[in-house]
Amino acid sequence: MRGYNFAYLDEQTKRMIRRAILKAVAVPGYQVPFGSREMPLPFGWGTGGIQVTASIIGADDVLKVIDQGADDTTNAVSIRRFFALTTGVRTTEETAEASIIQTRHRIPEKPLTADQILVYQVPIPEPLRWLEARETETRKMHALAEYGVMHVKLYEDIATHGRIATSYNYPVLVNERHVMAPSPIPKFDNPKMDHMPALQLFGAGREKRIYAVPPYTDVKSLDFEDYPFEKQTWEHACALCGSRDSYLDEVVTDDRGGRMFVCSDTDYCAERRDAGHVGTGAPVTYGADAAE
Amino acid sequence: MYVAVKGGEKAIAAAHRLLAERRRGDRAHPGITLKQIAEQLSLAVDRVMSEGSLYDRELAALAVKQARGDLVEAIFLLRAFRTTLPRFGVTEPLDTGAMRISRRISATYKDLPGSQVLGPTFDYTHRLLDFELAEEGDPNSVSAAGDPGDVDERVPRVVELLDHEGLIEKEEPDDPDRPVGDLTREPLGFPADRDVRLQNLARGDEGFLLALGYSTQRGFGSTHPFAGEIRMGQVSVELVPEELGFAVDIGDLTVTECEMINQFKGSATEPPQFTRGYGLTFGEGERKAMAMALVDRALRCRELGEEPSSPAQDEEFVLYHTDNVEASGFVQHLKLPHYVDFQGELVTVRELRAEARQRKTGT
Amino acid sequence: MSEHPQTLLTVTGLTRHFGRVVGCEDVGFDLWPGEVLGVVGESGSGKTTLLNCLSGILEPTAGTVSYTDRTGQVQDLYAISEPRRRFLMRTDWGMVHQNPRDGVRMRVSAGANIGERLMAVGARRYGDIRAEAGAWMERVEMDLDRMDDMPRTFSGGMLQRLQIARNLVSKPRLVFMDEPTGGLDVSVQARLLDLLRRLVTDLGLAAVVVTHDLAVVRLLAHRLAVMRRGRVVETGLTDQVLDDPQHPYTQLLVSSVLQT
Repeated sequence: MRGYNFAYLDEQTKRMIRRAILKAVAVPGYQVPFGSREMPLPFGWGTGGIQVTASIIGADDVLKVIDQGADDTTNAVSIRRFFALTTGVRTTEETAEASIIQTRHRIPEKPLTADQILVYQVPIPEPLRWLEARETETRKMHALAEYGVMHVKLYEDIATHGRIATSYNYPVLVNERHVMAPSPIPKFDNPKMDHMPALQLFGAGREKRIYAVPPYTDVKSLDFEDYPFEKQTWEHACALCGSRDSYLDEVVTDDRGGRMFVCSDTDYCAERRDAGHVGTGAPVTYGADAAE
Repeated sequence: MYVAVKGGEKAIAAAHRLLAERRRGDRAHPGITLKQIAEQLSLAVDRVMSEGSLYDRELAALAVKQARGDLVEAIFLLRAFRTTLPRFGVTEPLDTGAMRISRRISATYKDLPGSQVLGPTFDYTHRLLDFELAEEGDPNSVSAAGDPGDVDERVPRVVELLDHEGLIEKEEPDDPDRPVGDLTREPLGFPADRDVRLQNLARGDEGFLLALGYSTQRGFGSTHPFAGEIRMGQVSVELVPEELGFAVDIGDLTVTECEMINQFKGSATEPPQFTRGYGLTFGEGERKAMAMALVDRALRCRELGEEPSSPAQDEEFVLYHTDNVEASGFVQHLKLPHYVDFQGELVTVRELRAEARQRKTGT
Repeated sequence: MSEHPQTLLTVTGLTRHFGRVVGCEDVGFDLWPGEVLGVVGESGSGKTTLLNCLSGILEPTAGTVSYTDRTGQVQDLYAISEPRRRFLMRTDWGMVHQNPRDGVRMRVSAGANIGERLMAVGARRYGDIRAEAGAWMERVEMDLDRMDDMPRTFSGGMLQRLQIARNLVSKPRLVFMDEPTGGLDVSVQARLLDLLRRLVTDLGLAAVVVTHDLAVVRLLAHRLAVMRRGRVVETGLTDQVLDDPQHPYTQLLVSSVLQT
């Protein structure tokens, strides 16, 4: 794009961000403060992920951008266009083909490999924020590994609901040291983070923090021995590709409780259908709740 | 058969076309020029420059035009542009004592050296809609009301007068060799020093600072302020190029400065004296400068040994929430799809309800 | 463990100034395992400053506080690192504030409050934590049905019991108490004191109890220190100090109580 540097940011800024990334990789799960810049997209819309991607992307990279697991959601389209415009790199919707995948709220269903990097967009990087509003205090809690309050929260859930009621942004312990927010991915995706071959980078632009999980690192979802971590399950298979092991979105088909469940990872679903898998294609009805 | 929603790309392109059309409005009327905006909506341009942290009237006018008059959006445009600008150097501190004054008032002295200069102010206008202005063109061709004639001689600042008597705290940096902090390069850390706090407030949202400043007057952290001095006018910007080793005048800025003077009862170590709150904006930004000075003083509670008890004195609360580019982005990000997370919640709520139902029927 | 008895806490020359104001000045004493020391004096005499310096909350201007931990190691409270100090404070020690709201997490249930220290040191079985919390509720005579209730629904006396249980759950060896019965009705006070005395005896707890109420120390403390203007003016066995005060200030303190 005329008048702008490759990937928008100037090289000084990229170097500053790369230094922050290196530090983050060296201390897995630790939130590194960095001089986040104003980007031409709004804060809260992925500026952290965009700055991380902008500072690691090269001319030979192939970029995939997803939001809610889908390549075609408006914000994913907008970010992909931004990089196509400012770098000219090839973009793709195929998970296996991408060297960098920027994501909001999902990890692709297809396992990632050691030559891929997953860049997460993070709204609130601090997993202790809901228990302690003050940055000065939460930094001390991390420094001293004083994480008792995290389990107090889980205890409260079980005492109130009979189970841990957190369904997304479910806190994890990284490398047996730092408690980390996995960004608002569903807890369904948490197990994928554990010992992932790909490098995972997290960028929070508005909050000015970068953190990382290096390849093959321990990532454990917090739980109790007698109330172990569980991921979501569905009674239904994907209505389009019949998958029983992917995260499903619920699509409302009418105003009388009709629902259809389809894969949230659109690339995964399309690939399965190309390989000949089919779902029922039929909606299901959720009436029990409504009838009460 | 249901087909997954597609077409984000097309929808965005169409939305952008619609936006461009709305921005232009009815083509029966001529398009507005940047000159017109800079000249006739100059206070909008001033605010965009201040909170956009970039002094450039033309770019700020362009931002106002492109943002359809939405000033927070215009500020955002200017900030994003600012990111791409290389940094040539750091100027010398502005000498507002040498300001060529267009307006200068003090609420603490009836008359004072340099006198009170009312200047171009809305104060004392009756807020009556002027229907003559509604006419096309320029009905009441203003005769340049005898240009107030910028006051040229050096006008001493009110705090300097108090300073002679030792009645007001000295304002000296703890360490004059330490470079001034820069939030656009280094993220905010706590506790924050005053230089960083002032930069944060100078970039902060006028509405938010106005409300916070107002809250201190209504008892949420009262600082007993007096408007010691408000002055607006032009100041020179000087830079010392490394090759030259002496200061060169590189241009003029219009700025508004406010110094609040506040009561201070003294402490175990300090005798009673007046303390200061400081506000500065680009262009004409009196309301913002005053609010900023109130909040600056409230935030100094820690160094002055006052017990912080109200929102305006809470450093983390104030400094983390002043920036309207951050705030606007994060509030509006709620428009983005969250259906993956919402699905997670749906699954959980259904399970919890099913368990509750079982418990009810089971017993 | 050492076979020879060792002091639990050794305090020497403890001094804290606030600018030119003296908080406490040159305070020294030994505290033995299982011993309860009462610190009495009027408000402003420096009792609370002393307690804060002893318990790691407020760094003294001068002097040392040495603590012998469970392994027999002597730890200089203000020389060890902050993480170690904070660890000691939430495992080996307890702190009972006058206002239970300062020591209780008001936004989580009673059970979670009691379980917090267990979870902080790694307890990861929900069932065990709950059982332990229940056992402590019974020990401090709280109704088990209220385990999942929020602290704000509790009376002042119950809140104080909750604060005590929340501290004792980690089986501390030393507890600091700041006016533990202050602000409660007289009848509630009496029952709480009775409970505290039983717990301290049963658990073999050492404690430093700061109060202006001589009835509290008569019931709880083995030894007394009388403070005035930041200094300790008299020490001795509780009965001895109260029945045969030597220092004129102590005499005044004792007689003024007797008169009322």
